[in-house]
Amino acid sequence: MVKHFLNLEWKSFFRSPSFQANLFLKIIMGFSALCMIVSFLGSGFVVYHLLEKKLNLDPLATINKILIFYVVFDLVIRYFLQKMPVLNIKPLLNLSIKKNTIVHFALNKTVLSFFNIVHAFFFIPFSVVLVLEGYPFLNVLGWHLSIFALIYCNNFITVFVNNKDAVFYAVISIFLILGGLKYYTIFDITDYTASLFQAFYNTPFLALIPIVILVFLYITAFKYFKKNLYLDAGLAKKATIVQNEDLAWLNRFGSTAKFLKNDIKLIKRNKRSKTTLLMSFMFLFYGLLFFTGIEAYKGPFMKVFAGIFVSGGFLFTFGQFVPSWDSAYYPLMMSQNIRYKEYLSSKWYLMVIATVISTILASFYLYFGWQAYAAIVVGAIYNIGVNAHLVLWGGAYIKTPIDLTSGKKAFGDKSAFNLKTMLLSLPKLLLPMVVYAVGHFISGEILGFSLVAILGLTGLLFKNKVFTIIEKIYKTEKYKTLHAYKQGN
Amino acid sequence: MITTSNLSKTYNGKTVLKIDTLDIPKGQSFGLVGNNGAGKTTYFSLLLDLIQPTTGFITTNSIQVNKSENWKPFTSAFIDESFLIGYLTPEEYFYFIGELRGQNKADVDKLVTEFEDFFHGEILGQKKYLRDLSKGNQKKAGIVAALIGHPEVVILDEPFANLDPTTQIRLKAIVKDLAEKQGITVLISSHDLLHVTDVCERIVVLEKGEIVKDLITNEATLKELELHFAN
Repeated sequence: MVKHFLNLEWKSFFRSPSFQANLFLKIIMGFSALCMIVSFLGSGFVVYHLLEKKLNLDPLATINKILIFYVVFDLVIRYFLQKMPVLNIKPLLNLSIKKNTIVHFALNKTVLSFFNIVHAFFFIPFSVVLVLEGYPFLNVLGWHLSIFALIYCNNFITVFVNNKDAVFYAVISIFLILGGLKYYTIFDITDYTASLFQAFYNTPFLALIPIVILVFLYITAFKYFKKNLYLDAGLAKKATIVQNEDLAWLNRFGSTAKFLKNDIKLIKRNKRSKTTLLMSFMFLFYGLLFFTGIEAYKGPFMKVFAGIFVSGGFLFTFGQFVPSWDSAYYPLMMSQNIRYKEYLSSKWYLMVIATVISTILASFYLYFGWQAYAAIVVGAIYNIGVNAHLVLWGGAYIKTPIDLTSGKKAFGDKSAFNLKTMLLSLPKLLLPMVVYAVGHFISGEILGFSLVAILGLTGLLFKNKVFTIIEKIYKTEKYKTLHAYKQGN
Repeated sequence: MITTSNLSKTYNGKTVLKIDTLDIPKGQSFGLVGNNGAGKTTYFSLLLDLIQPTTGFITTNSIQVNKSENWKPFTSAFIDESFLIGYLTPEEYFYFIGELRGQNKADVDKLVTEFEDFFHGEILGQKKYLRDLSKGNQKKAGIVAALIGHPEVVILDEPFANLDPTTQIRLKAIVKDLAEKQGITVLISSHDLLHVTDVCERIVVLEKGEIVKDLITNEATLKELELHFAN
């Protein structure tokens, strides 16, 4: 039986649309997976000496201190990326296969997931180094097993937490707050958790506790799945009770309003777009890397780079997939009497509004001095004036259908590697940096910032021109786009 | 109203549709039947300019559909779920289509209430997104949406499939009313010979992309069709 299952898995993997992408893409995908493995492996070997020699810290104690955030971060990543095993179960239900077999297989399949394996590339070399450095084998083993038990606990927790957004966001906010408290040394949760992880090392047989929890979680997950292995229970599509929304206040946008109303509903009501929204929120904090004084991110031009990203998170993550957001009903749009300009303006307004909101939210960067926030404000102006157009332009060439109801593919869609879009993305970042550099060297940062802002404002003048170009692309690419979207649906 | 000239569609050297000439006058209820792969949906997709013809063209109201978009204001269609916006409730969807077709809320409400019978209490006020409705109910919403905004040409691909018997009967009355009373040109395709002979004044049989029969419906038509498909 397992042989059949494995056979099905094999086919579903190699025949999936994302795998049957072009060769270039496969190489990129393979390469990025390899990069991850190598960097995990490398850090596993190096981190011990780095911590001990360079920073004069006790390696194990330091790792134990940050381990809690590592484990929680792992949970977050899994929540967004790890696919749940329920997907392909339906067709198996009416075949002569015992339910236990199906459930065991579905659960065990998750054990082999990349999200579990990748940790081994860090922890195994790290543990080996520990033993080589003279740490007692048994203690290291206890510690090592506990961590793996916890990582696998995460695996099965993800199975439960899947689709329970409220629980998930609550957990995330608690840990963000704890992280903040630690950063400002008000309250340090890691003092407590570090001693817990240390205890696994000090008393190896304590590893039994996470292992028992893991077994318990597996059994619970098994029972939970088995109980829900019915079309109207766990396998049912979740239908939410909803209210009609009028959004009449948007009518002030005139003829664009009809699309704007739709777009706002699109963002609010679909998992994929909500993930995008969350991602663009994350971009807000990207600038912290630049302004908290990390060496590699210094330099005057990098400020502009950060400014573009901090204010433009939504612009980039949402904008690059216009019109793919409407891929599920593109034939409808194409057979209705739609003015492309109104359609485009709606997306444009959304991006502008989001950029303005991001810029306001980012006002906490004032803490790092006026230059930091000025970089963000001019970045926003440049985003609105120039990048909004470029992003929409690039999106016109992207023909990857988007499955709105699944949040899993928000990262690393194959469309990210489109030659035309890559070429279009160069001016998004390089041009403002160059312009800033010119101003910076002629007179100083004020001239640099002003030049970028002026460039952004000039870009606004070309809005109509760019929309006309995009409209033309939409028209010439119409049949190809329809065909591509059909493949996905 | 709708004229087809030398139309053909070829995929990788395989011709899936080849219609030399076909004229559909205004106000006709026109039925397209044929087995799977006969080219029914291909023809409708060409009519809506969703795919490009390999040769030839279609004009409606003397507008060549793959050259100008001016046919869109008076043409509407429901082909499949890709004509529905899954994350909207049926009401929101009707209003959206209404806005695209220059109808205000009151106009849409007025039209939609006429179809309360047809909806059978399963569409309006359900507090559900379209994507959470059953296939049959999705189809009901899609068909009614295609009637918003006074279209002159209505295209429905397999409208009877997935509908329950009561709704099938009601849909037949609606389609007849559109063509006979309102002078709307209605094009439908169907696998159900009985329904299509009930509703359509004229029936065209497609086989492997070509027209093999073009019949004006009378009492003998159903028999003739059954005989054709039995062989």
